[in-house]
Amino acid sequence: MVRLAAQGGTELPGYIPLIPFFPMAGALLLLLFRRSIGRGRWAGIVASSVIGSSFVLTLMAVGNLMTMTGAPEERTLSGPAYEWIAAGGLNVAMTFKVDALTAVMLLIVTGVGTLIHVYSIGYMEHDERKATYFGYLNLFAGSMLLLVLANNFLVLYVGWELVGLCSYLLISFWYFKPEAAAAGKKAFLVNRIGDVGFLIGILLIYAHFGTLDFDEVFARATELQGAIVTAIPLLLFVGAVGKSAQVPLHVWLPDAMEGPTPVSALIHAATMVTAGVYMVARTHVFFEASHTAALTVATIGAVTALFAATVACLQDDIKRVLAYSTISQLGFMFLAVGVGALSHSPVAYAAAIFHLVTHAFFKALLFLGAGSVMHALEGETNMKKMGGLIKTLPRTGWTFIVGWLAILGIPPLSGFFSKDAILVSTYEEGWFLLWLIASAAALLTAFYMSRQVFLVFFGKSRSSEDVHPHESPSIMTGPLVVLAGLAAISGMWLGLTHAGPIFRLLEPLFGVHEEAGTEAFLGIPEAGLVMIAVALSVLGMFLAWRLYLARGGEERRAALQERWSGLASFVRSGYRLDALYGALFVWPGKTIANVAAYAFDVRVIDGAVNGLAVSIGRSAEGVRRVQSGLVRRYVMAMLTGAVVLLALFIARAN
Amino acid sequence: MSVPAEWYLLVSALLFITGTVGVLIRRNVIVMFMCIELMLNAVNLTFVTFDRMMGGLAGQIAVFFVLVVAAAEVVVGLAIIVSIFRRRASTDADQVSLLKW
Amino acid sequence: MNSIPLLTLTLFAPLAGAALIAFTPKDAGKAVRLIAFAASLGSFVGSIGVLLIFDSAEAGFQLVEKVNWIPSSGASYHVGVDGISLWMILLTTFLTPISILASWNVAKKVKAFHIVILILETGMLGVFMALDLLLFYVFWEGMLIPMYFMIGIWGYERRIYAAVKFFVYTLAGSLVMLVAIAVLYFIGGRTFDLTELYGAGIPAGTQYWLFAGFFASFAIKVPIFPFHTWLPDAHTEAPTAGSVLLAGVLLKMGTYGFLRFSIPLFPDAGIRFAPWLAVLGVIGIIYGGVVSIVQRDLKRLVAYSSVSHLGFVLLGIGALTVMGTTGSVLQMVNHGLSTGALFLLVGMLYERAHTRKIADLSGVNRMMPVFGGIFLFVALSSLGLPGLNGFVGEFLILNGAFGPIPLLSIIGAFGILLSAIYLLWAYERVFTGEERLPEGDRRSIWRDVGRREMALLAPLLVAILFIGIYPKPLLERIEPSVQRVIESVQGNRR
Repeated sequence: MVRLAAQGGTELPGYIPLIPFFPMAGALLLLLFRRSIGRGRWAGIVASSVIGSSFVLTLMAVGNLMTMTGAPEERTLSGPAYEWIAAGGLNVAMTFKVDALTAVMLLIVTGVGTLIHVYSIGYMEHDERKATYFGYLNLFAGSMLLLVLANNFLVLYVGWELVGLCSYLLISFWYFKPEAAAAGKKAFLVNRIGDVGFLIGILLIYAHFGTLDFDEVFARATELQGAIVTAIPLLLFVGAVGKSAQVPLHVWLPDAMEGPTPVSALIHAATMVTAGVYMVARTHVFFEASHTAALTVATIGAVTALFAATVACLQDDIKRVLAYSTISQLGFMFLAVGVGALSHSPVAYAAAIFHLVTHAFFKALLFLGAGSVMHALEGETNMKKMGGLIKTLPRTGWTFIVGWLAILGIPPLSGFFSKDAILVSTYEEGWFLLWLIASAAALLTAFYMSRQVFLVFFGKSRSSEDVHPHESPSIMTGPLVVLAGLAAISGMWLGLTHAGPIFRLLEPLFGVHEEAGTEAFLGIPEAGLVMIAVALSVLGMFLAWRLYLARGGEERRAALQERWSGLASFVRSGYRLDALYGALFVWPGKTIANVAAYAFDVRVIDGAVNGLAVSIGRSAEGVRRVQSGLVRRYVMAMLTGAVVLLALFIARAN
Repeated sequence: MSVPAEWYLLVSALLFITGTVGVLIRRNVIVMFMCIELMLNAVNLTFVTFDRMMGGLAGQIAVFFVLVVAAAEVVVGLAIIVSIFRRRASTDADQVSLLKW
Repeated sequence: MNSIPLLTLTLFAPLAGAALIAFTPKDAGKAVRLIAFAASLGSFVGSIGVLLIFDSAEAGFQLVEKVNWIPSSGASYHVGVDGISLWMILLTTFLTPISILASWNVAKKVKAFHIVILILETGMLGVFMALDLLLFYVFWEGMLIPMYFMIGIWGYERRIYAAVKFFVYTLAGSLVMLVAIAVLYFIGGRTFDLTELYGAGIPAGTQYWLFAGFFASFAIKVPIFPFHTWLPDAHTEAPTAGSVLLAGVLLKMGTYGFLRFSIPLFPDAGIRFAPWLAVLGVIGIIYGGVVSIVQRDLKRLVAYSSVSHLGFVLLGIGALTVMGTTGSVLQMVNHGLSTGALFLLVGMLYERAHTRKIADLSGVNRMMPVFGGIFLFVALSSLGLPGLNGFVGEFLILNGAFGPIPLLSIIGAFGILLSAIYLLWAYERVFTGEERLPEGDRRSIWRDVGRREMALLAPLLVAILFIGIYPKPLLERIEPSVQRVIESVQGNRR
């Protein structure tokens, strides 16, 4: 595949393009021959082994990367796979690049991806369209790998749109349910709104740099002058907001839960939705150049974190809680990259990526656990009809608890390290208000996650008599155990301190962290901040316990419900944003379209055309009356004409 | 002593006017037809007169053309009149407004 | 120059087929279809030969053939191809056999139908090959007649209205162009030869008028807002083959005309009016997109989407940059493939459901999953998904237009949002959800894509994917010719 020479840097090893190519080819195979592969477990096995091979190749690439010597900035593998579009000075090749950031993303996509593929074999056992499902899943993996491997904006955009497509296909996988089809379309369209912004950003970049290659663009990013400095990062961020479901474009993600649960785990928790964070981190030089843009990122992140957490507290659907939780956690990541850009803080950037990694583990775990619960309860998603499942579903339950403690940030589980890295760096860089918002969000996170665990796994069973929960097969619980292990230890392993591997790994990209020096606000030392965070988590847990597990919780809930019922239903509906958007955009849009199509186009434009035709017809109608058929009238006319002509001649002659 | 050319032209004009008025006021197709012949012959007379005055031949040749056309016209015209008469039992021109819009 | 007159063979192979069909017995339907298919396939083979001989490094006209035709008036039979017309010719010869295959079920006047379609093909090819204005005009008008019959005889309910409207509307524009051609003939030194007329040094004031004359004809053909209303009627009422060729080939003639005639013949006017072309293009993108959203008839929706797509093409031409205009030519091909395929699919759907009303259809995917998948694939290419053909063209256009006219390019970028809205919303309503069968219809009617249908769709699908992943073979042939046009105009800038 490699035909062109690498443009600087190390030459691209031939196996790198295979990383996205394998899943793509797998997708093609599965979708074209879905009938012959569709029986039994073959589709799942093919799909899993394809993504598994990509994982192995990724490990090779990472190994290759780690054994490289030389300056940290030069430890990359990059080069073009083939020339794609070349016209009128534009020259875009399929260029790939593996550096530390890409390597982290690759590992998550292929690693978590493989686990979820395997899990899906069990989860989709009884679906007759398995081959299609695995085809889409493979297509997604390939697209996501393309996205993270891209070494220029257009290739990134290709992956970006393709993952959006796969998200659409998989959300509306059960297309015969109208809600699923609508949710898929909504996801695609909301994403496209973001993509338009992203595309315009790319156009701006090309107009100013004359190239779309990352290396050259980033190297010259500081050349920009004027309003464009802010415009480019903001437009890129619009794309990120759409893809990563940040306020105000988050509305698609809760609806996306109509898709199969492993899809929610892979696409809407671990990988695709983090693409926005990845993109902002990748293009961070632009954000660092513009205070406004960086502040926007951090603020939107913090606001989203809190906003989504409040909504999550009141959801009854097991998956919707996790969906809002994902939105909230992505908000944390954006807060971190925003702070990183605002304060040029390598630690904050690294914290964002760190949280991205741990979140991928524990959120995928939680989603898959929820899927396992639904599997056991024959598709039930209402948490009000669950309860006490820890006894019947021990493996699902205990792994879910690991995920729960991890997201809460209970030491020494992974979430503790990554979330605290975000909170601490926000605080230490002096963004006190943002820290406050994020801490409130962390408190609510603890509350809603505990509420979920208590409602689902503890207390009395509220499910109907004829449902007999059964533990899922080991092909499903196996990935759960692996993910639980990762969710438990990845924090300690990767980022025990600011000298942890993840921080070191990302140094070539974001710069070297200089210890201390920043004056802490109110003089709270780092240990204090950590203690506050843990205390908040415990407080949230306690509140949930009081309301949902402790004796008298029922009454307390009823009292609250009575007092705040209006507010509660407002928040539960996601602040009625769907209705607001409907009234603000959808309805006027449709009205305009209707007026344009049926009043303007038919009446005015076509009316003018037909009107012209009709008026010509009418005048012809009048003229033809002259043709009376009476011979003598014709003669009279002829005579008159002759006389008039004669008179004219005579007049001219004189 | 020869008759002056003006007299011929006068006769020709009188004939033409008679023909024209006839076509205009009569409704019988056959009479109209005869009136048309009258007009044609008035023109013929004019042709011959002028030809004589100028001493050429072209006018006389034109007369032959007119005669031939008139003959052809009579053939076709009478045939049409006969067929209309067979159909309608009338030769009233105003009732034969078949060729209108 | 070349021993075999390949272009002429390609051009007249369909006409020869039509003549042959005229002599086959009336009841030999199968033979008629086979002859027609073979003739159009012969033309396709010829055009593949043209592609192989074509020298991608050469920007000018190639495979030129010139024979005196009406020497007294300076008209000649003069044909040739460059990188722009090459792809239009290939598109024509590619879509015609597919259309014939798609019309396998046409039962009314089979013989006449195939004669008409083959004459149409020769007409279309002639338009793209002609390098002589009079020859061009003959083909341009000649092509109207078979299309008129195609819509008027084999169309749907309102076929007569649509056919007359199409014919009169297009003819009205052409007449204005004819006047302009006549004027050009006298000003340009009594010749119709295009290569001689290029750079004839016409005064700028005259150029504006002549440009306007050509504009009338091309604008209606594209169609440019507000001259577009013949399009939805003609496309909707035409039989499937007619719609495919209308959308796939005929619509390109307007934008092709701008590139081949208006702009290089009248460079000053081109420079002056190009921004306005771009403005009209952007209006078309947005207007066509908005109007498509609320169409109730699936075929009409696809028809209106053409207004939006051709708006992109016009934007790229109006940009007058090599990148943008190259994108436009590519987008012309893309639109032919994608919209052609969409019309084929809507036609197949109509054959089964006997309705095109979106409201009457639901859950089609459940009954015909392969069909639904193919429809989605084509819809995605039409809405510009990266990796499929539409994206490459649209990106080149937007990026090429961003330099000279950034604001228009930004507004145009919202077209990709609109296309996603109208296509996916229509897909949702027709293909997903609960299956609902039109009154009185049996399930057995809903057979999935058959072998013949697959055979005619597969080449389109492959082409769509191929151009999306590897557009280089097209771009490298288009670019030199486009560059020549742009340079001839920009070099003339006063």
